[in-house]
Amino acid sequence: MRLNYRYTMKFMGKTLFEKIWNRHVITSFPDGVALLYIDRHLIHEVTSPQAFEGLRLTKRRVRRPELTLATMDHNVPTIDRLNIQDPISKAQIEALTQNCAEFGIMLYDLKSEYQGIVHIIGPELGLTLPGTTIVCGDSHTSTHGAFGALAFGIGTSEVEHVLATQCLVQRKPKTFKIEFKGKPKPPVSAKDLILKLIGTIGTAGGTGYVLEYGGEAIRSLSMEGRMTICNMSIEAGARAGLIAPDQTTYDYLAKGNRPFAPKSEEFDKALAFWKTLPSDPDAQYDREITIDASQIAPQVTWGTNPGMVTDVTGRVPEPNQVSGYSPKDVEQALNYMGLKPGTPMTEIKVDIVFIGSCTNSRIEDLRLAAQIFKGRKVAKAVQVLVVPGSQQVKKQAEAEGLDEIFKAAGCEWRDSGCSMCLGMNPDQLKLGERAASTSNRNFEGRQGKGGRTHLVSPEMAAAAAIEGHFVDIRNWNRG
Amino acid sequence: MEPFKSHRGLVVTLDTANVDTDQIIPKQFLKSIHRTGFGEQLFYDWRFLADGTPNPNFPLNQDRFHGASILVTRNNFGCGSSREHAVWAIQQYGFKAVIAPSKEINGTKIPAFADIFRSNSTKNGLLTVELKEAEVEEIFQMVGRYKALEITINLEEQRVTLHLPEEISFHFEIDQAIKDHLIRGLDEISQTLKHQEAIQAFESHHNPQWFVSS
Repeated sequence: MRLNYRYTMKFMGKTLFEKIWNRHVITSFPDGVALLYIDRHLIHEVTSPQAFEGLRLTKRRVRRPELTLATMDHNVPTIDRLNIQDPISKAQIEALTQNCAEFGIMLYDLKSEYQGIVHIIGPELGLTLPGTTIVCGDSHTSTHGAFGALAFGIGTSEVEHVLATQCLVQRKPKTFKIEFKGKPKPPVSAKDLILKLIGTIGTAGGTGYVLEYGGEAIRSLSMEGRMTICNMSIEAGARAGLIAPDQTTYDYLAKGNRPFAPKSEEFDKALAFWKTLPSDPDAQYDREITIDASQIAPQVTWGTNPGMVTDVTGRVPEPNQVSGYSPKDVEQALNYMGLKPGTPMTEIKVDIVFIGSCTNSRIEDLRLAAQIFKGRKVAKAVQVLVVPGSQQVKKQAEAEGLDEIFKAAGCEWRDSGCSMCLGMNPDQLKLGERAASTSNRNFEGRQGKGGRTHLVSPEMAAAAAIEGHFVDIRNWNRG
Repeated sequence: MEPFKSHRGLVVTLDTANVDTDQIIPKQFLKSIHRTGFGEQLFYDWRFLADGTPNPNFPLNQDRFHGASILVTRNNFGCGSSREHAVWAIQQYGFKAVIAPSKEINGTKIPAFADIFRSNSTKNGLLTVELKEAEVEEIFQMVGRYKALEITINLEEQRVTLHLPEEISFHFEIDQAIKDHLIRGLDEISQTLKHQEAIQAFESHHNPQWFVSS
């Protein structure tokens, strides 16, 4: 029996997800949930204070402080960052400093050269490694899946649970293979691919699944582009997205200043393990979908959730024309957005352009935007914020002279943080203002009460800044 | 955490799909370092007008729904951010349960609640009940027809009963682990800490620094 069992197990193909899951299960319970070991716990100021308070009340300690890393990002001003005007924001930042000191957790604070958005700095520092489990009290933790790490967002109760036990009680999710065949035609980019997917399967299409992205389009993407894809898995309802590690991943981890990545012999040992991770050819998924990336046009959202999206060549839809949404929901969205059905997307004017967030604030995103801004001027009455994802990205961009390109075009070059993605800091849209944003959520009020958000790629955002309205960057006269 | 076995209460309906956690509790209220005080901020941007007065069109502000403890809404409730403040706000307002429908799209069942929201709800003892689309539609119809609709949610029996002149009952499915957790109302961390030895044994052969088993 035992031999038979082993024989079957050996020859049943496993997915990348199953390989990571299996090697992190400590024990399984009769009701089908498992106790899962967590390799890395990232924390920030917004979702952690109540968790630390819980530890104090129950007199518990942090089980593995050395596997925990903290930074501050959500509340951080992007101008004069050390001088926080909002006393409540300031108190939250200070609480994180005190909690990290009390519980012995490493913190990259506002004075650190490594500070930045938590999902930007994890990969940048080499903390995010293939085959690991990573959690954070933030839904965009899915970003780290780009390295073949099982990474997902958790609530504050679970933050406390991980701090106290270094484990989580989880039910094994189902698997969903997303195959992007063909190659996207530049300037169509990773952002357009993921927006197209969300428009196709809906904002709850991935609920209960871990998404595994594959196909020629994914293989051709840089790590930055892969992170953009995995980042927005949660906008498709999936807690986690995964991409199998390959040479692109190994090169990213081997190069650059990544203090936490393994070095020399340790790297070789790790590499041998990483190479065992990709899904076996005969692995089975619970669901699969194939999307032809070569046919994808630049995407622009028109509504109040990321599934309300269309090609830049499209029009604002009629309320009864949108599959997956009731006419009432579309009407409510269009009313909030101040848009009339039938309006070409390219006629929509913008007041603000935001280039930043954990979706699109890495060095490659800034390079792509800078190419568009180079030698051009931002349209009159349009304000442009360029917010690098981390202080390291900022430093790199400045070394390449990108900041000078942005400033010469009329953009504001800021310090790193989450900024206008959710406006917990002073960077917010005002009532009725319309933004082209490289962030991840176009929910009502997300970027500021009454603000209207259109999600786009960095290049689409930059072109909208120059023209004052959306343009199809594929045939835009760049003269 | 308070155990949840059965609850009878007044229903309020919110006829919007894809309600995200930014709507449930807007970002300006996430700066608190405390776990209480969020009830007043629930659905803030929908509930209050620009001048801070209650929006008379929003269900929670209507007299007939005053004191409601069961929220009935549409599909994909709680999508978006992982903020547990959304659950705290719903509970601190006075809700014990949220009911929403799953949806069938091209033969695929789409769950009623977003994953992280449902997980956060469970950790705090807020029951999320997934019904079929037609069943939720019937609740909306009955709330339209009767001034005050009371519902009993019996978790042990997995049954929702609408208290009408002629009672209507719906059976609902629920993850067994979630059901047990809610009924027992146990502290999950204490439960996990009972497995200290297993965790230690696991750690002895799992090296999370370099992630290579020795």
